[in-house]
Amino acid sequence: MEHRTRLIDGIAAPYLPTPFSAWFATRGWQPRAHQLELLARTQAGRSALLIAPTGAGKTLAGFLPALTDLADRPKPRPGEARRGVHTLYISPLKALAVDIQRNLAMPVAEMGLPVTIETRTGDTPSHKRQRQKYAPPDILLTTPEQLALLIASPDADCFFSDLRFVVLDELHSLVISKRGHLLSLGLARLRALRPALQAIGLSATVAEPEALRRWLVPQNPPGAMADIVTVTGGAKPDITILETEDRVPWAGHSARYAIPKVYEAIRAHRTTLLFVNTRSQAELLFRELWRINDDNLPIALHHGSLDVGQRRKVEKAMETNSLRAIVATSTLDLGIDWGDVDLVVHVGAPKGASRLAQRIGRSNHRMDEPSRAILVPANRFEVMECRAALEANYLGAQDTPPLVDGALDVLAQHVLGAACATPFDADQLYGEIVSAAPYAGLDRETFDRIVDFVATGGYALKSYERYARIRKTRDGMWRVSNPRIAQQYRLNVGTIVEAPMLNIRMTRRGRGGASRGGPVLGKVEEYFLETLSPGDTFLFSGRVLRFEGIRENECYVSTGTGEDAMVPSYAGGKFPLSTYLASEVRAMLADPKRWKRLPPQVAEWLALQRDKSVLPRREDLLVETFPRSSRHYMVLYPFEGRLAHQTLGMLLTRRLERAGAHPLGFVASDYAIAVWSLNDMSAMLKDGRLSLAALFDEDMLGDDLEAWIADSWLLKRTFRNCALISGLVEKRHPGQEKSGRQVTVSADLIYDVLRAHEPDHILLQATWADAALGLLDVRRLGEMLSRVHGRIVHKSLERISPLAVPIMLEIGKEAVAGDANEALLGEASKLSGEELMQEAMEG
Amino acid sequence: MNSLAPATDASPALTIELARQSAMCDWRGVLFFADLDLLVVSDLHLEKGAAFARRGRMLPPYDTAATLKRLGGVIADYDPGIVISLGDSFHDHDGAAEMPEPFREELAGLMAKRDWHWIAGNHDPAPPADLPGHASQEIAIDGLTFRHEPARGAAPGEIAGHLHPAARVVRRGRAVRRACFACDGSRLVMPAFGSLTGTLNVLDRAFAGLFARERLTAYMLGRKGIYAIAGSMLR
Repeated sequence: MEHRTRLIDGIAAPYLPTPFSAWFATRGWQPRAHQLELLARTQAGRSALLIAPTGAGKTLAGFLPALTDLADRPKPRPGEARRGVHTLYISPLKALAVDIQRNLAMPVAEMGLPVTIETRTGDTPSHKRQRQKYAPPDILLTTPEQLALLIASPDADCFFSDLRFVVLDELHSLVISKRGHLLSLGLARLRALRPALQAIGLSATVAEPEALRRWLVPQNPPGAMADIVTVTGGAKPDITILETEDRVPWAGHSARYAIPKVYEAIRAHRTTLLFVNTRSQAELLFRELWRINDDNLPIALHHGSLDVGQRRKVEKAMETNSLRAIVATSTLDLGIDWGDVDLVVHVGAPKGASRLAQRIGRSNHRMDEPSRAILVPANRFEVMECRAALEANYLGAQDTPPLVDGALDVLAQHVLGAACATPFDADQLYGEIVSAAPYAGLDRETFDRIVDFVATGGYALKSYERYARIRKTRDGMWRVSNPRIAQQYRLNVGTIVEAPMLNIRMTRRGRGGASRGGPVLGKVEEYFLETLSPGDTFLFSGRVLRFEGIRENECYVSTGTGEDAMVPSYAGGKFPLSTYLASEVRAMLADPKRWKRLPPQVAEWLALQRDKSVLPRREDLLVETFPRSSRHYMVLYPFEGRLAHQTLGMLLTRRLERAGAHPLGFVASDYAIAVWSLNDMSAMLKDGRLSLAALFDEDMLGDDLEAWIADSWLLKRTFRNCALISGLVEKRHPGQEKSGRQVTVSADLIYDVLRAHEPDHILLQATWADAALGLLDVRRLGEMLSRVHGRIVHKSLERISPLAVPIMLEIGKEAVAGDANEALLGEASKLSGEELMQEAMEG
Repeated sequence: MNSLAPATDASPALTIELARQSAMCDWRGVLFFADLDLLVVSDLHLEKGAAFARRGRMLPPYDTAATLKRLGGVIADYDPGIVISLGDSFHDHDGAAEMPEPFREELAGLMAKRDWHWIAGNHDPAPPADLPGHASQEIAIDGLTFRHEPARGAAPGEIAGHLHPAARVVRRGRAVRRACFACDGSRLVMPAFGSLTGTLNVLDRAFAGLFARERLTAYMLGRKGIYAIAGSMLR
């Protein structure tokens, strides 16, 4: 292992109190160099970021500064006022906090340190929380939401009176979400209370460590950075792509073809962790493995929708190494130490090189031994993507997403929280907020509008002044107008908004929820269940269930018969292909020399494309047009990920409509977009009625985008989240469901009213900003349009090209624009890849 | 009743028979008895935004204006001699008293020269403050009974609101949910008219026992017309 130490002059050697050196010595261990360096930097009064791969002893490193400081603290004198929390540890997962408590308790006990450690999460009973307020532990392990609650309490100043350190675990995953924004504001508040507070960030390897270093320290002066300690190296992971003689499918995500090989791999290892990208893939894989599990290997399933009890059982079994394989979604992504995993299988494309590295880090937690992983591409484009990811992991490429500006809905929540704690002065609060890195660029006018929003909703029509939630009093301070407001705030704190979910409860067949029903199996999104009719079957929790009906907030199911089920629809690109991988896939496509490393069937496919059409160069955009069954198709291959493609597809369809091409629909995958129309687009391009340069002009991101998006369900969904987070509407709490839907105000209705009457409202602006970044991926689309400017290669073909086969197969599976296209769906669903390929080969 | 699939050219109103009276279900969510020169509207929930604001949720203050504008539209079209507002006309007790003056004037303008009846609702049990019109618990006219909450075991000819019915159909894997009139020829439950009002599926337990299921029809409010959907097609 190699340590890159960049010691700044003036940093003294670390001081390690005797119990620590003795503890290391009795174990025959040495403190690792990065642990000592981090200690030295914090002892010099600095905040610091530790970047290290899994298994490098990150946790102990993160806590050494606190533990050594606490070890030397004099015993409290009799009669001394109680001491406040000394160190706050914040992690994205409740489970992680619990896990850390267990891991930390041992060394603390063995060294005989006078240190108390407790967790505080949403699960902590209220009497314990109450007790923690009067007798705080030295080290408190908690989550961003709990921190928000603690600082919004009137006694926050007292509770944190002795706070010295904040340790932020899995920082790389926290900072990219709204939870990270909330946390950054919480940190700014803590620094305002205790200016000497030091922050310690623990992170996996990221593309831009500077962003995290800024995140840890106040941005006054702007651009200030925490110190950094980087651990590189470790054994190179041993990653392979599943080798198979079986035919790799053209499209789809199931990877059914590979199941026997995957099963062999499980048999050949102690414990295998199988990662997939979506819950439905997890269900399918689990089912398929058990279908051929002749040895009855203990194979378990773990995903976020399963009942908590069920999940805990699986986690327990992992801890005791009594499982041979676990099929999991991202619920197991983060750094929890469970069991002795010696193989990671990744089914489906990893979508990002950094994500792959972090998932592979789950296997073999000793840093000096190589992790072993097998990638299982589900279709031919994924073969290329896996290959690119694999090369990137060897090269150490990083493609974690860049950080975005702090969200305004989160800011609104924080401003109300600030008023709940203690009356605030607007100038002072503004100064505090812009010291948080995500909000460093916030202008004063926007801040004032947010304060106005918190007070009265921020409407141009000033009719709510008399109902204001916070008010500026004569001394210039903003106060909550009554205690009920603070109570409301506490019930609604947090930024995690889940799609409405319904419990899945067992009942007897045909009872449609008329009987009481059996156990709850877990939760499923309401929107999925809404499309089911009684008698439909779907996979959940590893079994085939028959839908019986919905009653109130529960979905009743019975045991389905038969092996086959209608699987929950593929939820789409939850993680879009990273920009880096996209560019690598394009490069691979353009360079026949690199095809040697691809399976022969994939290399042959690309060669055919070269013969029948053309292969675009790395920075080009290939556009193919061809007729097929009395429709005209346009297929393009930007490789920018499903979200950006969906947006582009919508915009292209609008423009083609205006140009008179009569588009009928489109479909987007992670790799390509296909649009089909009544009129001959090849001919239109030829005689100049249609111009590619005009079609792909960057100005489509202006008015066209706005006109389309305003009515889109995408924006409504985003608005719902913003409305909840900003406190415009209340979260629904368990038990309230029964009050009936007719009295709750749906966010959709509010959205429509707001759009019609106040389109410039700050919450609509926040919604728009969110959607552009998230669901629409407008930034990426913009980059792509400017990249391909003048580099669009058009190929007019007689028939479908080999490269177009996968996207043409998606047509039958995806919803299309407009209502008139159902006939096309039926037509397309009858196609098979082989037939299409045959067509591509003809002539 | 025939089980019409959503037609491409939906008509703006459909005629129904209820206790030997015929009425028109208008796509905008009002019921009109031409013979009686009577317009029925239910669950206006005026000042709902303000009611929430009073309790700390700053919903947009535009719902009252929007509701009044739509109400003005249907009243201008039908120019009814009698209007019955079927309860929950205001979202809470303070709604009428605290309503901003311009809205009050607009509403009074709509009421002028009409025989206007406020039926008491659970949200507004007392008559609206500072507004004209007759207040009552329920009204009976020519074999019809108008009350806010449907009464179990009521005689045929009941017209009620309160439940905010919506109907849902699933076609080709897509669900469409809209507010609706729910009617079985003997009782009719009105859709909520207010701009910020949610809906409840007509198959929900709250509707149990109100309709003869085999005769239930949902008149679903479309974007430009109204669709009659047989109860057996609802999900």
